[in-house]
Amino acid sequence: MTPPTTTTRPEHAGPGTRDGRSGRPRLPGAALPAVTVLGVLLLAELVSRLGVLPTRYFPPASEMFVALAGQVVDPSFWVSVGQTLQGWGAGLGIAVLLAVPVGLALGTVPLLYTAVRPIVEFLRPIPSVALIPLVVLAIGTGAASKVFLAAFAAFWQLLIPVIYGVRDTDPVARDTGRAFRLGRFGVLRWIVLPAAVPYLATGLRIASATALILAVTAELVIGVPGLGGAINLARSAGAPDRMYALIIATGLLGWGLNAALRAVERRVLHWHPSHREAAA
Amino acid sequence: MTGRWLRVTLPVVTTVAVLAAWWFGSLGTESYYFPSLRAIMDRFVEVWLFDRFVTDALPSLWRLGAGFGIAVVAGVGLGLLLGLSASWRRATEPIVEFLRAIPATALLPFALLVFGIGDLMKVAIIALVCLWPVLLNTIDGVRGLDHTLADTARMYQVSGARRLLSVVLPSAAPQIMAGARTSLSLALILMVTSEMVASTSGIGFFVLDAQRGFRILDMWTGIILLGVLGYLVNLVFTLVERRLLRWHAGARADTASAR
Repeated sequence: MTPPTTTTRPEHAGPGTRDGRSGRPRLPGAALPAVTVLGVLLLAELVSRLGVLPTRYFPPASEMFVALAGQVVDPSFWVSVGQTLQGWGAGLGIAVLLAVPVGLALGTVPLLYTAVRPIVEFLRPIPSVALIPLVVLAIGTGAASKVFLAAFAAFWQLLIPVIYGVRDTDPVARDTGRAFRLGRFGVLRWIVLPAAVPYLATGLRIASATALILAVTAELVIGVPGLGGAINLARSAGAPDRMYALIIATGLLGWGLNAALRAVERRVLHWHPSHREAAA
Repeated sequence: MTGRWLRVTLPVVTTVAVLAAWWFGSLGTESYYFPSLRAIMDRFVEVWLFDRFVTDALPSLWRLGAGFGIAVVAGVGLGLLLGLSASWRRATEPIVEFLRAIPATALLPFALLVFGIGDLMKVAIIALVCLWPVLLNTIDGVRGLDHTLADTARMYQVSGARRLLSVVLPSAAPQIMAGARTSLSLALILMVTSEMVASTSGIGFFVLDAQRGFRILDMWTGIILLGVLGYLVNLVFTLVERRLLRWHAGARADTASAR
């Protein structure tokens, strides 16, 4: 038996004890998040009921959720959700179909990348919303504008990771493939593409969030039908509870899409070291 | 030798070629929506040098800088707290996860309702939206602190503020910068959108106002200015990042990304 001596003290006194690796939260695992969420909701309710914040701007949390429940049973709400999802999906899909081949080409042919790099570097940081006026004139105020903006913004966030992924291909693996006479296409299909997939997956999640932002922005600014328009309508109609309900719904939509993509990523990338480690 | 020479000249050649193609290809155009680059540039000089630059571009940049700055300071501060404390992190996780999932611009009507249409609304919405990438990356960076480094610091009894400033913060810096970069593009989007939705000044307002009034040349100059500003803002960010992370070997591998 070793008596506790002062030498062991730093082990427990350092900030490391509260670290995620070595420490355990004091409250039982599952309860803590639930407690804070309830706490925040209760606080929001009280602050509004007691008139600390004007009810006109901050309706009580309970009213927001009543409004949300009202929306969920309203068919027009689901139409809006569908319209937003449509813009998101079509935009993201088009972006993937364009960015993957272009990224593969730019990643595998260094000379090509050198040539177009300044153009990519210039176009990429342009805030895509700057194109809204042009898109309104050239495409109109329909759903096509929303799809174009979402695709344009998502394209760059996919292109760059794909290029990096391709360039990050293990040269030994590439040479091995060549030595086994996989051929140009074979190396691309069996070695370069798998190496780029993890990068693509991360890019896809970021691009998905961006596509959703642009879809909502198009609805908000141009007035293409969808959730963004519905939120703004609720604001101008003086229905803050409905506005917050729709914002909550949009947040849940964004959260759901992200969670879905993560789940797909885990399934598709189960062979990749980053996920094998995470699973262990 | 030829390879290096090509690497330097080729980008210049393609850039010049594209600009020349646009310039000469659009010279005799009759298109109403797509005027010639020459006409656009003539108008650009008239509009933006320098009357409108003071009344519209500077306010935009001010809102961008203020919102982004608040977000970085708050994000790093909160991120350090949540990264170092598992309890705090667990407690706030559902709220953080939900708030950051809201598509940025969906919060604009909320900001309009609460803050009105002034500068405060724009700064607030930019700060609110840019907070999450910085916050989440700071948390990840702090949690990813190298075990050996952490143990060495403990061995040498480095603790408190010194541990925070000279061990935790530097090792999280690359990831914090990756988050800040994501925030910066969000900040630009929000700057433009918030000015489009409700404003009486700013480049976003100018562009949309020009389009609604069918002042096509003005609209094009605004779009080009936004492109140039987006490029320059990112360039400045890259320079700052390179300076801050000069010591970090992997800093140039731009693979770390916001989640």
